[in-house]
Amino acid sequence: MSTDMNVVHELASREYEWGFVTDIEEDRIPKGLSEDVIRMISAKKHEPEFMLEWRLKAYRHWASLEKSGAEPKWANVKFPPIDYQDIAYYSAPKQKKQLNSLEELDPEILRTYEKLGIPLAEQKLLANVAVDAVFDSVSVATTFKAKLAEAGVIFCSFSEAVKNHPELVKKYLGSVVPHTDNFYAALNAAVFSDGSFVYVPKGVRCPMELSTYFRINAAETGQFERTLIVADEGAYVSYLEGCTAPVRDENQLHAAVVELVALDNAQIRYSTVQNWYPGDKNGKGGIYNFVTKRGKCAGRNSKISWTQVETGSAITWKYPSCILQGDNSVGEFYSVALTNNWQQADTGTKMIHLGKNTRSTIVSKGISAGHGQNTYRGQVKILKGAQGARNYTQCDSLLIGDKCGAHTFPYIEVKNSSARMEHEAATSKIGEDQLFYLQQRGLKTEDAVSMIVNGFCKQVFRELPMEFAVEAQKLLSVSLEGSVG
Amino acid sequence: MSLLEIKNLHVTVGGQEILKGIDLTVNAGEVHSIMGPNGSGKSTLAQVLARRDAYTVTEGSITLDGKDLLAMKPEEAACEGVFLAFQYPVEIPGIGNTYFLRSALNAQRKHRGLDEMDAMDFLPLFREKLRLLEMDDKLMNRSLNEGFSGGEKKRNEILQMAVLEPRLAILDETDSGLDIDALRIVANGVNSLRSPDRAMVVVTHYQRLLNYIVPDFVHVLVDGRIVLSGGKELALELEEKGYAWTEAETVGVRA
Ligand SMILES: Nc1ncnc2c1ncn2[C@@H]1O[C@H](COP(=O)(O)OP(=O)(O)OP(=O)(O)O)[C@@H](O)[C@H]1O
Ligand SMILES: [Mg+2]
Repeated sequence: MSTDMNVVHELASREYEWGFVTDIEEDRIPKGLSEDVIRMISAKKHEPEFMLEWRLKAYRHWASLEKSGAEPKWANVKFPPIDYQDIAYYSAPKQKKQLNSLEELDPEILRTYEKLGIPLAEQKLLANVAVDAVFDSVSVATTFKAKLAEAGVIFCSFSEAVKNHPELVKKYLGSVVPHTDNFYAALNAAVFSDGSFVYVPKGVRCPMELSTYFRINAAETGQFERTLIVADEGAYVSYLEGCTAPVRDENQLHAAVVELVALDNAQIRYSTVQNWYPGDKNGKGGIYNFVTKRGKCAGRNSKISWTQVETGSAITWKYPSCILQGDNSVGEFYSVALTNNWQQADTGTKMIHLGKNTRSTIVSKGISAGHGQNTYRGQVKILKGAQGARNYTQCDSLLIGDKCGAHTFPYIEVKNSSARMEHEAATSKIGEDQLFYLQQRGLKTEDAVSMIVNGFCKQVFRELPMEFAVEAQKLLSVSLEGSVG
Repeated sequence: MSLLEIKNLHVTVGGQEILKGIDLTVNAGEVHSIMGPNGSGKSTLAQVLARRDAYTVTEGSITLDGKDLLAMKPEEAACEGVFLAFQYPVEIPGIGNTYFLRSALNAQRKHRGLDEMDAMDFLPLFREKLRLLEMDDKLMNRSLNEGFSGGEKKRNEILQMAVLEPRLAILDETDSGLDIDALRIVANGVNSLRSPDRAMVVVTHYQRLLNYIVPDFVHVLVDGRIVLSGGKELALELEEKGYAWTEAETVGVRA
């Protein structure tokens, strides 16, 4: 093996930077899952009756799925069976009373977010980003509340939304991802503890980026948050999501659900930089990231864009999708998924064209290094009524080294002959000649590798809000440990 | 001390010996031209000087300013001032030309203990070099060499050289693929970089280039050996008589 390859291998020993544990008192319920546990979660959150009923229905559905062994097995990932009774479904930092301001927040939690680079104190916020931070199971702070309220935008934790805006929650909860959608969605619906809620009223352009930061802290817990974003007619919102977790030997389950609803002429941009703990270089530990994300372009001329940069997690199972119901609606999916060491990712999207002249764009960039396995799985479905629908799919894989793998499974179903489909796919390796060219100009191997990889991902990074794009590039460089060879 | 000193260099590629004992001394301020038939080992020599990994040095030594060049990694050699204008420059999608070149310059400046240049400082320098090579800055907004014509790629190599200001520039068939005007422009660019503390090794098949970039020495490489060395008039003689003549000449010399 060449010396260059060795240099890149040395990078492998670089540790996950966000792997610290915060020492706080937590309020958690014992491990295990039953109707009683669901009732306990609901009671702890002082939920109205309709929420408890909703959860119980979901739980019963999930329990029947579990009994019949209906946990999905089709994804191109391997992991030992999960014991769902060995997980604690609720853990919250202990707080004495309802928080009225950030000053009342446990300083340890504030410090944690500072370490992560998420300044919660509004006065410290330089960027024009409102942050909701979810620590283990509960939302601990939402900044910039006042400014958003002025614009009429509701941005709060899911729990608060249940309390203060039950009519909106009732109307939209489960309207895009019903509890019957899939195994993990059912589990989430039963036990979800918190998450973010956004409602942008008619004609309002949300005055700042909204952001949620998810953090798993407690051991042996799962995190099941739920996000619901509704953009009313003519509204616009851009939403960012980031995540980290401590380094632990055991695998931890993260099963989130995100629902987006865009009404007539509304637009939602949803960006994710996912950096859950990926496990160590021997594949021990790491987060199982089994997430259901779906948006519904319910209205005419509406638009939903998913942009994701997935560098973390031991296993990622995730297909942010769009239901293009309104005529002329647009769905977009831009994705970078990196798997290194023993990480596995099975990710992609579904574009379901129902309305006339609906358009979708899919750009997927998979990077595999080490023993990483990267699968793109995408479905484009053009239904009968989708006259004049169009789809463009581009799906590229980059291999770094020869022990990793890239797999592509495109599913296409066209029921309207006026549809136009374009599909491009390419798999390439980081060329020794490209690497040498950059080195010959003075760049170190690791810089050359990350430059090539960043170039490969350019099309996707372009879609991210500025500060996030910079963050994503840095993250990618750090995650490219042990990449060549 | 000579800038570049190659002694008894033997190199194998894929188990096959390509260079079979090269001796070459290049002093600062000199321009050396290397000519020779296809497959004789000219690019191999250039790549070894740039420290490409695939080439195994089995015997001999190379020093740059007295330092052991063979102990250097490609990026170290680059930072010590070795620049290779590639015979076949590669395309790298998604990397802006300007960004790339500034990153390269900064990597080299850092190595030399100089401050990094930010985009604002870099721009005037870059503009000046673009003018020198009469290049359209629209080209620079595109990805590195991506979709560049053959001639544009070659010109871009010399642009990079002009920005990086190397101690030792190796030009591997920079003239091939250039039209008549471009050849003149590129040659002017190269000539403007001639200086008493810089040396150049110019690999070419054609005497034409040497009308513009007039070499101090011409060497003829045949089958991994320098079989003939001389002044600039040697190139003219080669053009007239072909390489067969040099082989006859060498046999004659040896006999
Ligand atoms: N990676 C390799 N594996 C095997 N043989 C190689 C490799 N690289 C070069 N060679 C061989 O080494 C010999 C010298 O190649 P080189 O590219 O140095 O020639 P050159 O003098 O530059 O020729 P040209 O004038 O055509 O550019 C050729 O026979 C070539 O096929
Ligand atoms: Mg050659």
